[in-house]
Amino acid sequence: MSRLTKIIITAMLCLLIAAPAALAKGNVVIKGSTTVLPVAQAAAEAYMKLHKDVNISLSGGGSGDGIKALMDKSTDIANSSREMKPKEVEQAKAKGVNPVAHTVAIDAIVPIVHPQNRVRNLSLDQLSQIYQGKIRNWKEVGGENLAIVVISRDSSSGTYESWGHLVLNGARVTPRAQLQASNGAIVQAISKNRYAIGYIGIGYLNKSVQALTVGGVPATAKTALTKQYPIARPLYMYTDGTPKGDTEGFIKFLLSKKGQEIVKKEGFVPVK
Amino acid sequence: MTRYQKEIVIKNLFFILSLISILILGLIVVFLFREGLPIFREVSVREFIFGREWYPTYSPPAYGIWPLIVGSLIVTLFSSLLAVPLGVLSAVYISEIAPPAIKEILKSIIELLAGLPSVVLGFFGMVIIAPWLQDTFDLPTGLNIVNASVLLAVMAVPTISSISEDALYAVPQDFKEASYALGATKFETIARIIIPAALSGISTAVILGMARAIGETMVVLMVAGGAAAIPESIFDSVRPMPASIAAEMGEAPFRSGHYHALFATGIILFFMTLAFNLIADFIAQKFKEVGSATL
Repeated sequence: MSRLTKIIITAMLCLLIAAPAALAKGNVVIKGSTTVLPVAQAAAEAYMKLHKDVNISLSGGGSGDGIKALMDKSTDIANSSREMKPKEVEQAKAKGVNPVAHTVAIDAIVPIVHPQNRVRNLSLDQLSQIYQGKIRNWKEVGGENLAIVVISRDSSSGTYESWGHLVLNGARVTPRAQLQASNGAIVQAISKNRYAIGYIGIGYLNKSVQALTVGGVPATAKTALTKQYPIARPLYMYTDGTPKGDTEGFIKFLLSKKGQEIVKKEGFVPVK
Repeated sequence: MTRYQKEIVIKNLFFILSLISILILGLIVVFLFREGLPIFREVSVREFIFGREWYPTYSPPAYGIWPLIVGSLIVTLFSSLLAVPLGVLSAVYISEIAPPAIKEILKSIIELLAGLPSVVLGFFGMVIIAPWLQDTFDLPTGLNIVNASVLLAVMAVPTISSISEDALYAVPQDFKEASYALGATKFETIARIIIPAALSGISTAVILGMARAIGETMVVLMVAGGAAAIPESIFDSVRPMPASIAAEMGEAPFRSGHYHALFATGIILFFMTLAFNLIADFIAQKFKEVGSATL
Protein backbone atom coordinates (compact mmCIF):
# COMPACT_ATOMS: atom_id res chain seq x y z
CA MET A 1 0.00 0.00 0.00
CA SER A 2 1.40 3.38 -0.94
CA ARG A 3 1.91 6.09 1.63
CA LEU A 4 -0.77 8.26 0.03
CA THR A 5 -3.40 5.56 0.26
CA LYS A 6 -2.52 5.07 3.92
CA ILE A 7 -2.91 8.76 4.59
CA ILE A 8 -6.27 8.86 2.85
CA ILE A 9 -7.56 5.85 4.74
CA THR A 10 -6.39 7.27 8.06
CA ALA A 11 -8.08 10.57 7.29
CA MET A 12 -11.33 8.80 6.45
CA LEU A 13 -11.20 6.75 9.64
CA CYS A 14 -10.67 9.93 11.63
CA LEU A 15 -13.72 11.46 9.98
CA LEU A 16 -15.78 8.37 10.75
CA ILE A 17 -14.79 8.53 14.40
CA ALA A 18 -15.09 12.30 14.71
CA ALA A 19 -18.44 12.69 13.00
CA PRO A 20 -20.58 10.79 15.55
CA ALA A 21 -18.71 12.54 18.38
CA ALA A 22 -19.78 15.89 16.98
CA LEU A 23 -23.38 14.72 17.00
CA ALA A 24 -23.20 13.53 20.60
CA LYS A 25 -25.47 14.83 23.32
CA GLY A 26 -24.79 18.16 24.94
CA ASN A 27 -24.13 19.85 21.64
CA VAL A 28 -25.28 23.37 20.84
CA VAL A 29 -24.81 24.95 17.41
CA ILE A 30 -24.84 28.74 17.13
CA LYS A 31 -24.73 30.60 13.86
CA GLY A 32 -25.37 34.07 12.49
CA SER A 33 -24.60 37.75 12.89
CA THR A 34 -20.97 38.78 13.20
CA THR A 35 -22.07 41.57 15.54
CA VAL A 36 -23.39 39.09 18.08
CA LEU A 37 -20.47 36.72 17.51
CA PRO A 38 -18.00 38.16 20.09
CA VAL A 39 -20.65 37.96 22.82
CA ALA A 40 -21.71 34.46 21.83
CA GLN A 41 -18.09 33.34 21.74
CA ALA A 42 -17.16 34.68 25.17
CA ALA A 43 -20.39 33.31 26.65
CA ALA A 44 -19.87 29.93 25.01
CA GLU A 45 -16.37 29.67 26.45
CA ALA A 46 -17.60 30.55 29.93
CA TYR A 47 -20.55 28.15 29.65
CA MET A 48 -18.38 25.27 28.48
CA LYS A 49 -16.06 25.86 31.42
CA LEU A 50 -19.03 25.43 33.78
CA HIS A 51 -20.50 22.45 31.89
CA LYS A 52 -17.63 20.27 30.72
CA ASP A 53 -19.88 17.80 28.88
CA VAL A 54 -21.38 20.47 26.62
CA ASN A 55 -19.86 21.28 23.28
CA ILE A 56 -20.84 24.58 21.67
CA SER A 57 -19.88 25.18 18.07
CA LEU A 58 -19.98 28.72 16.78
CA SER A 59 -19.86 30.31 13.39
CA GLY A 60 -20.55 33.75 11.94
CA GLY A 61 -21.75 34.42 8.43
CA GLY A 62 -24.33 37.09 9.09
CA SER A 63 -27.87 37.41 10.41
CA GLY A 64 -29.40 36.11 7.17
CA ASP A 65 -27.21 33.01 7.25
CA GLY A 66 -28.13 32.29 10.85
CA ILE A 67 -31.83 32.57 10.14
CA LYS A 68 -31.45 30.39 7.05
CA ALA A 69 -29.71 27.78 9.19
CA LEU A 70 -32.49 27.93 11.79
CA MET A 71 -35.04 27.23 9.04
CA ASP A 72 -32.99 24.28 7.79
CA LYS A 73 -32.72 23.08 11.41
CA SER A 74 -28.94 23.04 11.04
CA THR A 75 -28.49 25.34 14.02
CA ASP A 76 -29.98 25.53 17.51
CA ILE A 77 -29.52 29.26 17.95
CA ALA A 78 -29.52 31.90 15.22
CA ASN A 79 -27.81 35.15 16.15
CA SER A 80 -29.31 38.19 14.54
CA SER A 81 -28.69 41.89 14.73
CA ARG A 82 -32.11 42.58 13.25
CA GLU A 83 -35.62 41.31 13.76
CA MET A 84 -36.69 38.51 11.44
CA LYS A 85 -38.57 39.83 8.42
CA PRO A 86 -42.23 38.83 8.10
CA LYS A 87 -41.34 36.95 4.92
CA GLU A 88 -38.67 34.96 6.77
CA VAL A 89 -41.08 34.11 9.60
CA GLU A 90 -43.55 32.87 7.01
CA GLN A 91 -40.92 30.68 5.35
CA ALA A 92 -39.83 29.31 8.72
CA LYS A 93 -43.42 28.43 9.67
CA ALA A 94 -43.89 26.70 6.31
CA LYS A 95 -40.91 24.50 7.20
CA GLY A 96 -42.33 23.72 10.63
CA VAL A 97 -39.95 26.00 12.51
CA ASN A 98 -41.38 28.36 15.09
CA PRO A 99 -38.84 31.14 15.66
CA VAL A 100 -38.72 32.62 19.16
CA ALA A 101 -36.69 35.78 19.79
CA HIS A 102 -34.52 36.34 22.88
CA THR A 103 -33.10 39.84 23.32
CA VAL A 104 -29.62 39.29 24.72
CA ALA A 105 -27.92 42.68 24.44
CA ILE A 106 -28.27 46.17 23.07
CA ASP A 107 -25.89 47.43 20.46
CA ALA A 108 -25.21 51.11 20.05
CA ILE A 109 -23.96 52.12 16.60
CA VAL A 110 -21.32 54.81 16.74
CA PRO A 111 -20.26 57.16 13.95
CA ILE A 112 -16.47 57.31 13.77
CA VAL A 113 -13.88 59.54 12.08
CA HIS A 114 -10.09 59.74 11.84
CA PRO A 115 -8.52 61.08 15.09
CA GLN A 116 -7.14 64.11 13.22
CA ASN A 117 -10.62 65.21 12.17
CA ARG A 118 -11.70 68.31 14.12
CA VAL A 119 -15.37 67.40 14.07
CA ARG A 120 -16.45 65.79 17.34
CA ASN A 121 -20.24 66.02 17.19
CA LEU A 122 -22.90 65.66 14.51
CA SER A 123 -26.66 65.85 14.77
CA LEU A 124 -28.78 62.94 13.58
CA ASP A 125 -29.93 65.10 10.68
CA GLN A 126 -26.36 65.99 9.66
CA LEU A 127 -25.44 62.30 9.70
CA SER A 128 -28.44 61.56 7.53
CA GLN A 129 -27.50 64.30 5.04
CA ILE A 130 -23.90 63.09 4.90
CA TYR A 131 -24.96 59.52 4.21
CA GLN A 132 -27.43 60.62 1.55
CA GLY A 133 -24.60 62.51 -0.17
CA LYS A 134 -26.19 65.92 0.39
CA ILE A 135 -23.43 67.21 2.66
CA ARG A 136 -20.15 66.52 0.87
CA ASN A 137 -17.55 68.64 2.61
CA TRP A 138 -16.39 68.64 6.22
CA LYS A 139 -16.45 72.45 6.33
CA GLU A 140 -20.27 72.34 6.10
CA VAL A 141 -20.36 70.69 9.51
CA GLY A 142 -17.58 72.70 11.14
CA GLY A 143 -14.51 70.81 9.96
CA GLU A 144 -11.67 71.46 7.55
CA ASN A 145 -12.20 72.04 3.85
CA LEU A 146 -11.98 68.37 2.87
CA ALA A 147 -14.29 66.14 0.86
CA ILE A 148 -16.22 63.66 2.96
CA VAL A 149 -15.62 60.01 2.11
CA VAL A 150 -18.67 58.10 3.25
CA ILE A 151 -17.97 54.54 4.37
CA SER A 152 -20.83 52.19 5.02
CA ARG A 153 -21.38 48.52 5.74
CA ASP A 154 -22.48 46.32 2.84
CA SER A 155 -26.15 46.69 2.08
CA SER A 156 -27.27 43.39 3.54
CA SER A 157 -25.60 43.58 6.94
CA GLY A 158 -27.76 44.06 9.99
CA THR A 159 -25.72 47.11 10.98
CA TYR A 160 -26.45 48.76 7.63
CA GLU A 161 -30.11 48.02 8.05
CA SER A 162 -30.25 49.47 11.55
CA TRP A 163 -28.27 52.52 10.44
CA GLY A 164 -30.62 53.03 7.49
CA HIS A 165 -33.59 52.70 9.79
CA LEU A 166 -32.35 54.76 12.75
CA VAL A 167 -30.37 57.49 10.96
CA LEU A 168 -31.63 57.72 7.40
CA ASN A 169 -35.28 56.89 8.05
CA GLY A 170 -35.31 54.64 5.02
CA ALA A 171 -33.71 57.19 2.65
CA ARG A 172 -31.09 55.78 0.27
CA VAL A 173 -27.41 55.82 1.10
CA THR A 174 -25.47 57.63 -1.64
CA PRO A 175 -24.15 55.21 -4.30
CA ARG A 176 -20.74 56.91 -3.87
CA ALA A 177 -20.49 55.39 -0.39
CA GLN A 178 -17.68 52.89 -0.03
CA LEU A 179 -18.88 49.59 1.31
CA GLN A 180 -16.88 47.46 3.72
CA ALA A 181 -17.71 43.89 4.60
CA SER A 182 -17.18 44.03 8.37
CA ASN A 183 -16.98 46.29 11.41
CA GLY A 184 -13.26 45.59 11.61
CA ALA A 185 -12.70 46.60 7.99
CA ILE A 186 -14.43 49.92 8.65
CA VAL A 187 -12.20 50.66 11.65
CA GLN A 188 -9.19 49.77 9.50
CA ALA A 189 -10.30 52.05 6.66
CA ILE A 190 -11.21 55.01 8.90
CA SER A 191 -7.97 54.83 10.88
CA LYS A 192 -6.05 55.27 7.61
CA ASN A 193 -8.19 58.00 6.07
CA ARG A 194 -8.70 61.49 7.48
CA TYR A 195 -11.42 62.26 4.91
CA ALA A 196 -13.61 59.41 6.00
CA ILE A 197 -16.64 58.84 8.20
CA GLY A 198 -17.97 55.42 9.09
CA TYR A 199 -20.16 53.66 11.65
CA ILE A 200 -19.59 50.56 13.77
CA GLY A 201 -21.07 48.61 16.63
CA ILE A 202 -19.91 50.07 19.95
CA GLY A 203 -18.07 46.81 20.69
CA TYR A 204 -15.59 47.42 17.88
CA LEU A 205 -14.52 50.89 19.02
CA ASN A 206 -10.78 51.25 19.64
CA LYS A 207 -8.18 53.96 19.99
CA SER A 208 -7.26 54.12 16.31
CA VAL A 209 -10.49 55.98 15.54
CA GLN A 210 -12.46 58.85 17.06
CA ALA A 211 -16.07 58.29 18.11
CA LEU A 212 -18.50 61.14 17.49
CA THR A 213 -21.26 62.22 19.82
CA VAL A 214 -24.70 62.33 18.22
CA GLY A 215 -26.69 65.48 19.01
CA GLY A 216 -24.31 66.01 21.93
CA VAL A 217 -24.97 62.58 23.45
CA PRO A 218 -21.96 60.24 23.68
CA ALA A 219 -22.59 56.57 22.92
CA THR A 220 -22.23 54.72 26.22
CA ALA A 221 -23.97 51.83 27.89
CA LYS A 222 -25.98 54.21 30.02
CA THR A 223 -27.19 56.51 27.25
CA ALA A 224 -28.10 53.56 25.05
CA LEU A 225 -30.14 51.87 27.78
CA THR A 226 -32.02 55.06 28.68
CA LYS A 227 -32.62 55.60 24.94
CA GLN A 228 -31.05 59.05 25.15
CA TYR A 229 -28.56 57.91 22.55
CA PRO A 230 -30.57 57.69 19.36
CA ILE A 231 -28.69 55.01 17.39
CA ALA A 232 -29.15 51.83 19.41
CA ARG A 233 -30.74 48.48 18.58
CA PRO A 234 -31.40 45.19 20.35
CA LEU A 235 -29.47 42.04 19.45
CA TYR A 236 -31.36 38.76 19.24
CA MET A 237 -30.87 35.05 19.53
CA TYR A 238 -33.56 33.05 17.77
CA THR A 239 -34.49 29.50 18.67
CA ASP A 240 -36.97 27.03 17.21
CA GLY A 241 -39.81 27.08 19.73
CA THR A 242 -39.08 27.48 23.44
CA PRO A 243 -35.50 26.31 23.92
CA LYS A 244 -34.83 22.99 25.65
CA GLY A 245 -31.87 21.24 27.22
CA ASP A 246 -28.49 22.85 26.76
CA THR A 247 -29.82 25.50 24.39
CA GLU A 248 -32.13 26.66 27.16
CA GLY A 249 -29.24 26.47 29.62
CA PHE A 250 -27.03 28.60 27.40
CA ILE A 251 -29.58 31.33 26.80
CA LYS A 252 -30.48 31.41 30.49
CA PHE A 253 -26.79 31.71 31.27
CA LEU A 254 -26.39 34.61 28.85
CA LEU A 255 -29.34 36.40 30.39
CA SER A 256 -28.10 35.77 33.92
CA LYS A 257 -26.01 38.29 35.83
CA LYS A 258 -22.81 36.55 34.84
CA GLY A 259 -23.81 36.37 31.18
CA GLN A 260 -24.75 40.03 31.08
CA GLU A 261 -21.36 40.89 32.55
CA ILE A 262 -19.83 39.20 29.51
CA VAL A 263 -22.09 41.29 27.28
CA LYS A 264 -20.78 44.40 29.01
CA LYS A 265 -17.18 43.28 28.76
CA GLU A 266 -17.53 42.78 25.02
CA GLY A 267 -18.56 46.40 24.66
CA PHE A 268 -22.31 45.95 24.31
CA VAL A 269 -25.05 47.17 26.58
CA PRO A 270 -26.63 44.61 28.94
CA VAL A 271 -30.40 44.26 28.73
CA LYS A 272 -30.84 43.88 32.49
CA MET B 1 -7.11 -10.44 -14.59
CA THR B 2 -5.41 -10.33 -17.92
CA ARG B 3 -3.50 -7.30 -19.10
CA TYR B 4 -6.25 -6.64 -21.60
CA GLN B 5 -9.00 -6.63 -18.94
CA LYS B 6 -6.94 -4.34 -16.75
CA GLU B 7 -6.66 -1.95 -19.64
CA ILE B 8 -10.45 -1.86 -20.01
CA VAL B 9 -11.01 -1.34 -16.28
CA ILE B 10 -8.55 1.55 -16.19
CA LYS B 11 -10.04 3.09 -19.30
CA ASN B 12 -13.54 3.02 -17.86
CA LEU B 13 -12.38 4.31 -14.50
CA PHE B 14 -10.87 7.38 -16.13
CA PHE B 15 -13.98 7.84 -18.20
CA ILE B 16 -16.16 7.80 -15.06
CA LEU B 17 -13.86 10.23 -13.25
CA SER B 18 -13.99 12.74 -16.09
CA LEU B 19 -17.74 12.25 -16.29
CA ILE B 20 -18.04 13.10 -12.59
CA SER B 21 -16.21 16.39 -12.97
CA ILE B 22 -18.37 17.34 -15.93
CA LEU B 23 -21.47 16.33 -13.99
CA ILE B 24 -20.45 18.48 -11.02
CA LEU B 25 -19.83 21.45 -13.28
CA GLY B 26 -23.18 20.90 -14.95
CA LEU B 27 -24.99 20.76 -11.63
CA ILE B 28 -23.34 23.99 -10.50
CA VAL B 29 -24.54 25.71 -13.66
CA VAL B 30 -28.06 24.31 -13.21
CA PHE B 31 -28.08 25.53 -9.61
CA LEU B 32 -26.79 28.96 -10.63
CA PHE B 33 -29.60 29.36 -13.14
CA ARG B 34 -32.27 27.94 -10.86
CA GLU B 35 -31.39 30.42 -8.11
CA GLY B 36 -30.72 33.37 -10.42
CA LEU B 37 -33.49 33.31 -12.99
CA PRO B 38 -36.42 34.03 -10.60
CA ILE B 39 -35.22 37.66 -10.31
CA PHE B 40 -36.38 38.22 -13.88
CA ARG B 41 -39.95 37.82 -12.70
CA GLU B 42 -39.41 41.04 -10.75
CA VAL B 43 -37.31 43.03 -13.20
CA SER B 44 -36.68 42.72 -16.93
CA VAL B 45 -33.28 41.54 -18.16
CA ARG B 46 -32.69 45.00 -19.63
CA GLU B 47 -33.50 46.80 -16.37
CA PHE B 48 -31.30 44.36 -14.48
CA ILE B 49 -28.25 44.75 -16.70
CA PHE B 50 -28.55 48.43 -17.59
CA GLY B 51 -30.23 49.71 -14.44
CA ARG B 52 -28.02 52.26 -12.72
CA GLU B 53 -29.29 51.82 -9.20
CA TRP B 54 -28.31 48.98 -6.93
CA TYR B 55 -30.44 49.21 -3.78
CA PRO B 56 -31.38 45.57 -3.19
CA THR B 57 -32.40 45.91 0.46
CA TYR B 58 -34.75 48.88 0.18
CA SER B 59 -38.43 48.77 -0.41
CA PRO B 60 -39.12 49.04 -3.23
CA PRO B 61 -35.77 47.50 -4.16
CA ALA B 62 -33.71 48.59 -7.18
CA TYR B 63 -31.83 45.79 -8.91
CA GLY B 64 -29.66 47.51 -11.51
CA ILE B 65 -26.16 46.08 -11.83
CA TRP B 66 -24.77 48.39 -14.54
CA PRO B 67 -22.43 50.15 -12.05
CA LEU B 68 -21.14 46.73 -10.95
CA ILE B 69 -20.56 45.58 -14.55
CA VAL B 70 -18.75 48.84 -15.34
CA GLY B 71 -16.67 48.37 -12.18
CA SER B 72 -15.65 44.86 -13.22
CA LEU B 73 -14.81 45.87 -16.79
CA ILE B 74 -12.83 48.92 -15.81
CA VAL B 75 -10.56 47.19 -13.30
CA THR B 76 -10.06 44.33 -15.78
CA LEU B 77 -9.15 46.80 -18.54
CA PHE B 78 -6.64 48.74 -16.45
CA SER B 79 -5.09 45.63 -14.96
CA SER B 80 -4.65 44.24 -18.49
CA LEU B 81 -2.92 47.44 -19.57
CA LEU B 82 -0.35 46.73 -16.86
CA ALA B 83 -0.25 42.97 -16.95
CA VAL B 84 -0.09 42.31 -20.70
CA PRO B 85 3.19 44.13 -21.44
CA LEU B 86 4.71 42.87 -18.21
CA GLY B 87 3.60 39.29 -18.73
CA VAL B 88 4.38 38.98 -22.44
CA LEU B 89 7.73 40.78 -22.31
CA SER B 90 8.89 38.83 -19.29
CA ALA B 91 7.94 35.64 -21.14
CA VAL B 92 9.99 36.79 -24.15
CA TYR B 93 12.95 37.54 -21.91
CA ILE B 94 12.71 34.24 -20.07
CA SER B 95 12.29 32.05 -23.13
CA GLU B 96 14.57 33.84 -25.62
CA ILE B 97 17.10 36.11 -23.96
CA ALA B 98 17.87 35.11 -20.39
CA PRO B 99 20.87 32.86 -19.69
CA PRO B 100 19.82 29.47 -18.22
CA ALA B 101 20.64 30.33 -14.57
CA ILE B 102 18.60 33.55 -14.54
CA LYS B 103 15.86 31.82 -16.50
CA GLU B 104 15.33 29.22 -13.77
CA ILE B 105 15.27 31.83 -11.01
CA LEU B 106 12.85 34.12 -12.85
CA LYS B 107 10.56 31.26 -13.74
CA SER B 108 10.25 30.08 -10.17
CA ILE B 109 9.71 33.62 -8.89
CA ILE B 110 6.85 34.17 -11.31
CA GLU B 111 5.36 30.84 -10.33
CA LEU B 112 5.65 31.87 -6.71
CA LEU B 113 3.70 35.01 -7.55
CA ALA B 114 0.91 32.77 -8.86
CA GLY B 115 0.85 30.99 -5.51
CA LEU B 116 0.33 34.13 -3.44
CA PRO B 117 -3.07 33.89 -1.73
CA SER B 118 -5.31 36.70 -2.97
CA VAL B 119 -6.26 37.68 0.57
CA VAL B 120 -2.61 38.43 1.28
CA LEU B 121 -2.42 40.63 -1.80
CA GLY B 122 -5.65 42.32 -0.79
CA PHE B 123 -4.36 43.02 2.68
CA PHE B 124 -1.16 44.43 1.24
CA GLY B 125 -3.25 46.73 -0.97
CA MET B 126 -5.36 47.81 1.95
CA VAL B 127 -2.65 48.67 4.47
CA ILE B 128 0.31 49.59 2.23
CA ILE B 129 -0.79 50.73 -1.21
CA ALA B 130 -4.00 52.53 -0.20
CA PRO B 131 -2.42 54.95 2.33
CA TRP B 132 0.52 55.48 -0.02
CA LEU B 133 -1.74 56.34 -2.96
CA GLN B 134 -3.77 58.61 -0.78
CA ASP B 135 -0.78 60.56 0.56
CA THR B 136 1.11 60.74 -2.72
CA PHE B 137 -1.75 61.96 -4.88
CA ASP B 138 -3.68 63.68 -2.07
CA LEU B 139 -6.83 61.66 -2.75
CA PRO B 140 -9.94 61.29 -0.65
CA THR B 141 -9.46 57.52 -0.70
CA GLY B 142 -6.77 54.98 -1.56
CA LEU B 143 -9.27 52.18 -2.09
CA ASN B 144 -9.93 52.80 -5.76
CA ILE B 145 -9.65 51.59 -9.36
CA VAL B 146 -5.89 52.14 -9.56
CA ASN B 147 -5.18 50.15 -6.42
CA ALA B 148 -7.39 47.24 -7.51
CA SER B 149 -5.97 47.25 -11.04
CA VAL B 150 -2.37 47.12 -9.83
CA LEU B 151 -3.10 44.13 -7.59
CA LEU B 152 -5.15 42.33 -10.24
CA ALA B 153 -2.25 42.87 -12.65
CA VAL B 154 0.04 41.18 -10.14
CA MET B 155 -2.35 38.23 -10.15
CA ALA B 156 -2.68 38.09 -13.94
CA VAL B 157 1.05 38.37 -14.78
CA PRO B 158 1.92 34.75 -13.83
CA THR B 159 -0.93 33.38 -15.96
CA ILE B 160 -0.01 35.52 -18.96
CA SER B 161 3.70 34.96 -18.57
CA SER B 162 3.69 31.19 -18.17
CA ILE B 163 1.23 30.49 -21.01
CA SER B 164 3.04 32.94 -23.34
CA GLU B 165 6.29 31.30 -22.46
CA ASP B 166 4.94 27.89 -23.45
CA ALA B 167 3.82 29.36 -26.77
CA LEU B 168 7.20 30.96 -27.40
CA TYR B 169 8.98 27.76 -26.43
CA ALA B 170 6.92 25.84 -29.00
CA VAL B 171 8.25 27.95 -31.89
CA PRO B 172 10.54 25.50 -33.70
CA GLN B 173 14.26 25.96 -33.72
CA ASP B 174 14.21 25.80 -37.55
CA PHE B 175 12.42 29.18 -37.73
CA LYS B 176 15.02 30.89 -35.60
CA GLU B 177 17.92 29.29 -37.42
CA ALA B 178 16.46 30.25 -40.79
CA SER B 179 16.10 33.83 -39.57
CA TYR B 180 19.66 34.02 -38.30
CA ALA B 181 20.90 32.43 -41.52
CA LEU B 182 19.35 35.32 -43.45
CA GLY B 183 21.39 37.74 -41.36
CA ALA B 184 18.65 38.89 -38.94
CA THR B 185 19.71 40.15 -35.53
CA LYS B 186 18.36 38.66 -32.32
CA PHE B 187 15.87 41.51 -31.90
CA GLU B 188 14.62 41.16 -35.48
CA THR B 189 14.22 37.44 -35.01
CA ILE B 190 12.20 37.92 -31.82
CA ALA B 191 10.02 40.73 -33.13
CA ARG B 192 9.38 39.42 -36.63
CA ILE B 193 9.60 35.66 -36.39
CA ILE B 194 9.13 34.30 -32.89
CA ILE B 195 6.36 36.56 -31.60
CA PRO B 196 4.23 36.34 -34.76
CA ALA B 197 4.65 32.56 -34.80
CA ALA B 198 3.53 32.35 -31.17
CA LEU B 199 0.79 34.97 -31.46
CA SER B 200 -2.16 32.62 -31.06
CA GLY B 201 -0.68 31.22 -27.86
CA ILE B 202 0.10 34.70 -26.56
CA SER B 203 -3.45 35.90 -27.30
CA THR B 204 -4.84 32.92 -25.41
CA ALA B 205 -2.56 33.81 -22.50
CA VAL B 206 -3.75 37.43 -22.46
CA ILE B 207 -7.41 36.47 -22.53
CA LEU B 208 -7.04 33.85 -19.82
CA GLY B 209 -5.20 36.44 -17.72
CA MET B 210 -8.10 38.84 -18.19
CA ALA B 211 -10.60 36.14 -17.31
CA ARG B 212 -8.69 35.60 -14.09
CA ALA B 213 -8.81 39.31 -13.30
CA ILE B 214 -12.54 39.65 -13.93
CA GLY B 215 -13.43 36.68 -11.74
CA GLU B 216 -11.11 37.57 -8.87
CA THR B 217 -13.06 38.30 -5.71
CA MET B 218 -11.00 38.82 -2.58
CA VAL B 219 -8.70 41.53 -3.93
CA VAL B 220 -11.49 43.67 -5.33
CA LEU B 221 -13.58 43.13 -2.23
CA MET B 222 -10.76 44.48 -0.11
CA VAL B 223 -9.27 47.29 -2.19
CA ALA B 224 -11.75 48.50 -4.81
CA GLY B 225 -13.66 50.52 -2.22
CA GLY B 226 -17.06 49.09 -3.00
CA ALA B 227 -19.02 52.12 -4.20
CA ALA B 228 -21.87 50.98 -6.45
CA ALA B 229 -21.68 54.07 -8.67
CA ILE B 230 -20.30 54.56 -12.17
CA PRO B 231 -16.80 56.00 -11.66
CA GLU B 232 -15.87 59.46 -12.91
CA SER B 233 -12.12 59.15 -12.51
CA ILE B 234 -9.56 56.39 -12.10
CA PHE B 235 -9.25 57.34 -8.44
CA ASP B 236 -12.91 56.64 -7.71
CA SER B 237 -14.08 53.57 -5.83
CA VAL B 238 -15.93 50.86 -7.70
CA ARG B 239 -17.79 47.71 -6.77
CA PRO B 240 -17.02 44.87 -9.19
CA MET B 241 -19.55 42.04 -9.46
CA PRO B 242 -17.65 39.36 -7.49
CA ALA B 243 -17.11 41.79 -4.60
CA SER B 244 -20.82 42.56 -4.50
CA ILE B 245 -21.75 38.88 -4.43
CA ALA B 246 -19.21 38.03 -1.73
CA ALA B 247 -20.09 40.97 0.49
CA GLU B 248 -23.85 40.63 0.34
CA MET B 249 -24.63 36.92 0.01
CA GLY B 250 -23.97 36.19 3.68
CA GLU B 251 -26.87 38.26 4.92
CA ALA B 252 -29.28 38.22 2.00
CA PRO B 253 -32.50 36.56 3.21
CA PHE B 254 -32.82 33.08 1.70
CA ARG B 255 -34.69 33.03 -1.65
CA SER B 256 -35.49 36.74 -1.43
CA GLY B 257 -35.25 39.10 -4.40
CA HIS B 258 -31.83 40.19 -3.22
CA TYR B 259 -30.63 36.56 -3.05
CA HIS B 260 -31.87 35.85 -6.58
CA ALA B 261 -30.37 39.11 -7.84
CA LEU B 262 -26.95 38.09 -6.50
CA PHE B 263 -27.18 34.73 -8.24
CA ALA B 264 -28.27 36.50 -11.43
CA THR B 265 -25.16 38.70 -11.09
CA GLY B 266 -23.26 35.42 -10.92
CA ILE B 267 -24.93 34.34 -14.18
CA ILE B 268 -23.78 37.55 -15.90
CA LEU B 269 -20.27 36.99 -14.56
CA PHE B 270 -20.42 33.39 -15.75
CA PHE B 271 -21.32 34.52 -19.27
CA MET B 272 -18.51 37.06 -19.27
CA THR B 273 -15.82 34.56 -18.27
CA LEU B 274 -17.35 32.02 -20.67
CA ALA B 275 -17.05 34.61 -23.45
CA PHE B 276 -13.41 35.20 -22.57
CA ASN B 277 -12.71 31.48 -22.71
CA LEU B 278 -14.54 31.03 -26.01
CA ILE B 279 -12.59 33.92 -27.55
CA ALA B 280 -9.35 32.39 -26.32
CA ASP B 281 -10.36 29.05 -27.80
CA PHE B 282 -11.41 30.65 -31.08
CA ILE B 283 -8.13 32.51 -31.45
CA ALA B 284 -6.14 29.43 -30.58
CA GLN B 285 -8.00 27.44 -33.28
CA LYS B 286 -8.14 30.09 -35.96
CA PHE B 287 -4.55 31.25 -35.86
CA LYS B 288 -3.16 27.84 -35.13
CA GLU B 289 0.28 27.41 -36.67
CA VAL B 290 0.19 24.20 -38.60
CA GLY B 291 3.21 22.08 -39.26
CA SER B 292 6.19 22.07 -36.94
CA ALA B 293 5.06 25.12 -34.90
CA THR B 294 1.88 23.45 -33.63
CA LEU B 295 1.45 23.84 -29.90
